[in-house]
Amino acid sequence: MEDNELDEVVSEFIAESHENLDQLDQALVALEQNVDEDAIARIFRTIHTIKGTSGFLGFGTLESVTHVGESLLSKLRDGDLTVTTEITTELLAMVDAVREILASVESDRTEGTKTYERLIERLGRLNDGEPVDGDTPVAQETARPVLQAVASVDGPTTKAVRKPARTTAKATTGPAKRTTKANGTKKGSAATGAIHVVEPPAQDPNIEVIHLDSDTTTFPGESGLFGDQLLRDGRISQDELAQALEQQASGDPRHIGELLVETQALPSSAVVEVLKTQTEERPGGNETIRVDVHLLDDLMNLVGELVLARNQILQFTHDHGDALFTATSQRLNLITTELQEGVMKTRMQPIENVWNKFPRVVRDLTLGCGKQARLEMEGKQTEVDKTLLEAIKDPLTHLIRNAVDHGLEKPATRVANGKSAEGTVRLSAYHEGGQVIIEIADDGAGIDANVIRRKAVEKGLLSHEEAAARSDREIINVIFQPGFSTAEKVSNISGRGVGMDVVKTNIEAIGGSVDVNTVLGRGTTFKVKIPLTLAIIPALLVTAGGARYGIPQVSLLELVRIDCALGEAGIERVQGVPVHRLRGRLLPLVFLNEVFQTPSEPRDAINIVVVQADDCTFGLVVDEISDTAEIVVKPLGRFFKNASGFAGATIMGDGRVALILDLLGVANLARVSIAAPGRSRSDANAAGELEGAARRESILLVGIAGRRFALPLALVARLEEFSMSNVRWAGDQQVVHYRDHILPLVSVASRLGLSSSASDEASLQVLVCGNDERAIGLIVDDIFDIFDDTLEFTERTNTYGVMGTAVLQGEITDVLDLAVLVGSDVELSVVVAA
Amino acid sequence: MSAISTAVSLCTFRLGELQIGIDVMLVQEVIRRQEATRVPLASEVIHGLINLRGEIVTTIDLRRRFGLTPHTEHDETMNVVIRTPDGPVALVVDEIGDVIDSDETLFELPPPTLTGAHREFITGVFKLDGALLLLIDLERVLDPATFKQDEITEQLGTT
Repeated sequence: MEDNELDEVVSEFIAESHENLDQLDQALVALEQNVDEDAIARIFRTIHTIKGTSGFLGFGTLESVTHVGESLLSKLRDGDLTVTTEITTELLAMVDAVREILASVESDRTEGTKTYERLIERLGRLNDGEPVDGDTPVAQETARPVLQAVASVDGPTTKAVRKPARTTAKATTGPAKRTTKANGTKKGSAATGAIHVVEPPAQDPNIEVIHLDSDTTTFPGESGLFGDQLLRDGRISQDELAQALEQQASGDPRHIGELLVETQALPSSAVVEVLKTQTEERPGGNETIRVDVHLLDDLMNLVGELVLARNQILQFTHDHGDALFTATSQRLNLITTELQEGVMKTRMQPIENVWNKFPRVVRDLTLGCGKQARLEMEGKQTEVDKTLLEAIKDPLTHLIRNAVDHGLEKPATRVANGKSAEGTVRLSAYHEGGQVIIEIADDGAGIDANVIRRKAVEKGLLSHEEAAARSDREIINVIFQPGFSTAEKVSNISGRGVGMDVVKTNIEAIGGSVDVNTVLGRGTTFKVKIPLTLAIIPALLVTAGGARYGIPQVSLLELVRIDCALGEAGIERVQGVPVHRLRGRLLPLVFLNEVFQTPSEPRDAINIVVVQADDCTFGLVVDEISDTAEIVVKPLGRFFKNASGFAGATIMGDGRVALILDLLGVANLARVSIAAPGRSRSDANAAGELEGAARRESILLVGIAGRRFALPLALVARLEEFSMSNVRWAGDQQVVHYRDHILPLVSVASRLGLSSSASDEASLQVLVCGNDERAIGLIVDDIFDIFDDTLEFTERTNTYGVMGTAVLQGEITDVLDLAVLVGSDVELSVVVAA
Repeated sequence: MSAISTAVSLCTFRLGELQIGIDVMLVQEVIRRQEATRVPLASEVIHGLINLRGEIVTTIDLRRRFGLTPHTEHDETMNVVIRTPDGPVALVVDEIGDVIDSDETLFELPPPTLTGAHREFITGVFKLDGALLLLIDLERVLDPATFKQDEITEQLGTT
């Protein structure tokens, strides 16, 4: 029983200390830049509390580590020492040591084997480094914090000591227990502090507890709290309190109150009075309670069930309209919604809790790699579900590291580029459209797309052609590919890639996404989007093949309905692949019935749900679009581990189960079925023809057999118009005398298997390709236009003579493959190479 | 004492012509046929998903699993809900029988001549009065790795 109670005290101590330590990192780093007395006081307070409690609980190593730290801090606070980088580093090391010990205590209730002698020695050296008031004996030094606490009345010092006791007391329940702890805190610190520095006496916590229990009701006597109260009330003088404390520090086991009464500084009735006000004060201060996260998880699950039951009842109300019942269920509806929001809020934590450690990360990194960086944080109070917060901790740390390590340039480079020597890493968080957006922006060098291209090819992630074919924006996303990163650690021009794939995977695992935006020379911004919560999501309900499916609203872009009365106009096919022209862009369509092999019946309208999965936008064709609803995502279980296409299942208002679509999975499934017809050309071959396609170039638009075709103007030497009367036949080949050479003419229409509509005209429009001696003329029907654009293929085809399809000037246009049309003996005038 | 320790209670059900028994302690409940939601592209052994008081439970088509002729849509089937470490799973069976108390002394290993698709699932036979009751290996029956995959799902598994 006692063991249990002690265990509880230890757990509480650990939880509380962790919380305080997180703030400490930030405070220490802030201190280095800007000396702030309040901050020192806060740090001191935290360390003091840990020291005190660890002494009480018998954690000797922890106590000795925090003890030297505390001494050093007290000197900083008194202005005996000034904050230097060295001191900050050692103090941070101390915080790390404390963390390590706490972790060990958490796992097996022991402090571990490390003694941290060197850390203690270093801290001690710093402590003695600049002795302002001569040499300070250790014993006196250690007793000092307590004395200091009493010496000044209004300064932060007093608060420093008073606060810890309150913090320690906060989480306990009964008054007796509370005072026990407060007492213990002080006792441990005072006793060990006075006797020895490095090796505190081993204390038996059990004995201590029993002893303290016996007299807790009379004298809580925590020096800061109790003494401070007396000072504030003007009952005693500073000197009197200091004297009493000194006496206590020198080994007198009695409490402050007792000592003061003895020296007649205070009547015993006053002690009782003050104690009374203290007890009254405390409960009011307890406005927060610590709750087990599992309990909140359970609550969340129950609320999820309630939401489902609510949905069912609402459905029932809808079908059977009894007025009273409808009113009641509407009330239930409201209450459920509020309850859901309330429970969700209990799990919300400000993102600050994760960000707190970043100043430290940035500081350590900048020191380590000789850079200067400032971390700006905006929107610290933005709240995120605790589970999600945990999940983004590591990815965010990673992004911050990268921003400093790879993003920011060295100060000299920055100055040379006309920037300030100090780089800025800016963290901002805000809510947008039911999501939390976190941006990590640096004002560094940016990512050079060409370097990424080169690296991607070197690492074998992309072929030379593929790399050249991708646009700058696309290529930068390669940094998220596994295998891109590792070797980049040394380089800071192109880096940005240490484990970026892991960052992406982790963020996507919680239904989020990460985007990168970079401007060369100006900096890089990573945009992380995460959902507010995981358990209950808004979704669009659709029907296909008689079954209902939920589509998470976050992936939803828009809904399009094509009336079939207008014919099949809405859906076009590029090589059998259905597409829809949505405001001039080709939207690939995926028929859910085809993907799932469910029966479909003809309908009078086509419903397209435009969705985004990863980077890919596509239109999902469903039978019906029903409604939106809040759904509770439930896992599918072990039989569906390999099933792609589903993110989970939910229970609908009518009690039946509906599946929730995983759009990325659906897209993959669709690609499988689209790819099935088989390509006649190898991918490498196709990619070769697409070399340089993403660049802006002059494009020639021609008409053949009533259709539009495009080709890069660079491949054409001249555009000519020949009178029909000049065209001769040489064997089965039409030729024309052109610039002292015989120019063979080829009808593109007949090559493509189309019937030319211009055969009876008086003149021929010819594209002359190749050099004079080995030129060839391609007959087209019309030459429409020349314009500048990028040739970006939306779909590659296997049609003879056609390279692919692109949207040009808002129209779907096939791009001619000249290399095939002219044959191998003609060298194209411009060889397109990367 | 020894007589008590060898007593077993078996939940019995019929599947085609087979009488099958499962340790009654493994059975959570028996429910009537429910409209299940099919999971596209999943193995045909998976009958679908049902809502069991707010919990989503996978139902296994035991006839298909045993290689018997599948049920028609109108067959009045029953769901035997089994407790597994990963949550409840429902088995679709033809008809539910009694819970019988038997004795391990009546248990025998399956005859070596026993053949058929379901041979691998049968761990033994209880010799009852006038009938033979087959004991099945639930772990093996419910192992998704051995489910018959539709062609498409096989493709997906590899991609």
